Amino acid sequence: MSKHIKVENLSVIFGKPSQVEQAKSMLDTDMHVSEIMEKTGVTVANRNVNFEIYPDELFVIVGLSGSGKSTFIRTLNGLNKPTRGDIIIDGENINDMDNMRLRTFRRKEVSMVFQHFGLLSHRNVLENVEYPLEIQHVDKKERTEKALEAIKQVGLDGWEHHMPSQLSGGMKQRVGLARALVNNPELLLMDEPYSALDPLIRRDMQNELLNLDDSFDRTIVFITHDMNEAFRLGERIALMRDAEVVQIGTPKDFFENPANDYVRDFIADVDKTRILKVRSVMRKPSYTALPSDHPKTLLEKLESGNLEFCYVTDDDNKFLGYVTTEQLKRSKAKSLERLVTEDNTVINRNAYLKDIWKNLSDATFEVAVLDGKKRLRGVISNDDIINVLAD
Amino acid sequence: MLHYPEQFIFEISGIIDRFVDWILDTFGGLFDVITTVVLALFNGFDFVLSAIPWWIYIIAVAYLGFKLYSYLGGLILATMLFLIAMFGLWDPMIYTLVIIFISVFVSLIIGIPSGIIMAKSKPIESIFKPILDGMQTMPSFVYLIPAIMLFGIGRVPAVVATTIYAVPPLIRLTYLGITNVNKEVVEAGKSFGSTPAQMLFKIEIPQSISTIMTGINQTTMMAMAMVVIASMIGAEGIGDEVLISIRRLEVGRGFQAGLAIVFLAIILDRILQGFASKFNRTEGLDV
Repeated sequence: MSKHIKVENLSVIFGKPSQVEQAKSMLDTDMHVSEIMEKTGVTVANRNVNFEIYPDELFVIVGLSGSGKSTFIRTLNGLNKPTRGDIIIDGENINDMDNMRLRTFRRKEVSMVFQHFGLLSHRNVLENVEYPLEIQHVDKKERTEKALEAIKQVGLDGWEHHMPSQLSGGMKQRVGLARALVNNPELLLMDEPYSALDPLIRRDMQNELLNLDDSFDRTIVFITHDMNEAFRLGERIALMRDAEVVQIGTPKDFFENPANDYVRDFIADVDKTRILKVRSVMRKPSYTALPSDHPKTLLEKLESGNLEFCYVTDDDNKFLGYVTTEQLKRSKAKSLERLVTEDNTVINRNAYLKDIWKNLSDATFEVAVLDGKKRLRGVISNDDIINVLAD
Repeated sequence: MLHYPEQFIFEISGIIDRFVDWILDTFGGLFDVITTVVLALFNGFDFVLSAIPWWIYIIAVAYLGFKLYSYLGGLILATMLFLIAMFGLWDPMIYTLVIIFISVFVSLIIGIPSGIIMAKSKPIESIFKPILDGMQTMPSFVYLIPAIMLFGIGRVPAVVATTIYAVPPLIRLTYLGITNVNKEVVEAGKSFGSTPAQMLFKIEIPQSISTIMTGINQTTMMAMAMVVIASMIGAEGIGDEVLISIRRLEVGRGFQAGLAIVFLAIILDRILQGFASKFNRTEGLDV
């Protein structure tokens, strides 16, 4: 399970209560935030933020320091309270959570990874990772088991009994990640997790995160100030500036329709083929069939849609192959199953555009895009890429 | 016009005396309780510390010095303790130690919770801060006066005065330790759904333990300083030796007692600091 988040007209203001009231009335005017802050003495961290984060999405919020992104992510798990507006997580308003509910929510449903790791320096790696379970009174044996599993997942097996001070930055952040994964949260919040790491390690960690994202259903909200990182990871991206959201969209949207000059500047020096992943350029397949579909009805559908072929997946959206309209016409089979042709030119959705030229040139039709569990996530063709690069 | 006009003299000493009488009348029971508790503590600590043979102390100090520092460290500390015994000041030293230990013990019970409450509550913080500032700038003699007023002369007011004088650094450093715990560590604790008690006992106190240990060390040193002065209101011990030497102008005896006090202070300080730095090793800001 993963979380659906809806942010409605969210504003977060820090300051004395009387000043906050005064500042609140100015939020809906044309006044610039710096003007409001100067007049009232408050800090406006988020102003009228509106967006949705969909289940299982890797959503990136990017912006320079002071743009309000860290404040925002902290309102998602109640570390900051909204001054105005709502955050609705799976239909539940975070403003309506009492202390007990908020605690359960934090224990079971959401985890956070911190920029400077936030590890408990008096505990070793294993004890750090056990912490979220320990405070829920999970018994010793079970929590050790789960913690070891999480440690293994982030590739730190063998380091369980080291103290955090003995680890490198990258390893510390792995501990932070293992600790966040140990309670198997539906929502993972990552506040500039890789900003304190050096570039090579950062890239490794990014790739590992993408693999991890593929193998679990989990909504991830990722904060960064690095545009390259944002484009490399994000399925959708929100760009923040001066407490407000400037633009929201897929990496492709940013390249095709930058909202203003600020966005254009922000993305100016980005090599698109190195940054853009298949996942952000791919389209939804026009039609997918199930093996149980009747060939005849499928043929009618394809012909009415003027389609030459379609992909076939099972009930779990797992990719099986394709059938062409020609095949359907020729065959008299009663079941689709026999007709499915295996397809070997599939592409992983996390591949960079620069790495898929060959797959595309070999393909007859558009190419199927799969995730790490071989589920069909989209399709991509030469035209899609050319369209993106043409901008 | 040379002298201050006599009709404008208004002494407040009478009012204060009456106020003290009133306190004694009203809260007499409370002071009786405190007296009983302090005496019981005194007898308990005295019984234990006196029951241990002198050479065990020396071996223990040598061992701790060796464990916490080096062979040489152990040797130096043990030699200092041996010198105190050689000066013939062993029994006064035990008496002094008893008062110090009681003061530190009571300071722990009062100081650490106070420091935690101060770190957790803004209003209490704003009340405690000026009081602590005042207590730490007040000359140590001043503490003797209320102690005598309320408890008379003897070891009970000595313990009370020593404790009151010694407790501020522990409160302050506990407060400092708790408030200085890395912000992200605190956020991490909260973000995983810790209860306030879990935050305190599993995160905040362990993270600030080395600062708290420094506070315990400072409190012990303050108690050590005060217990010497408290001999003026009837505490026996090494301080009393100094006091007697001053009265009789016995330079040699005074110097010898002074040296013993310095040795005792060094031994206590080194051992406590050694423990504090052991804790320090598991703590660091940048983790």
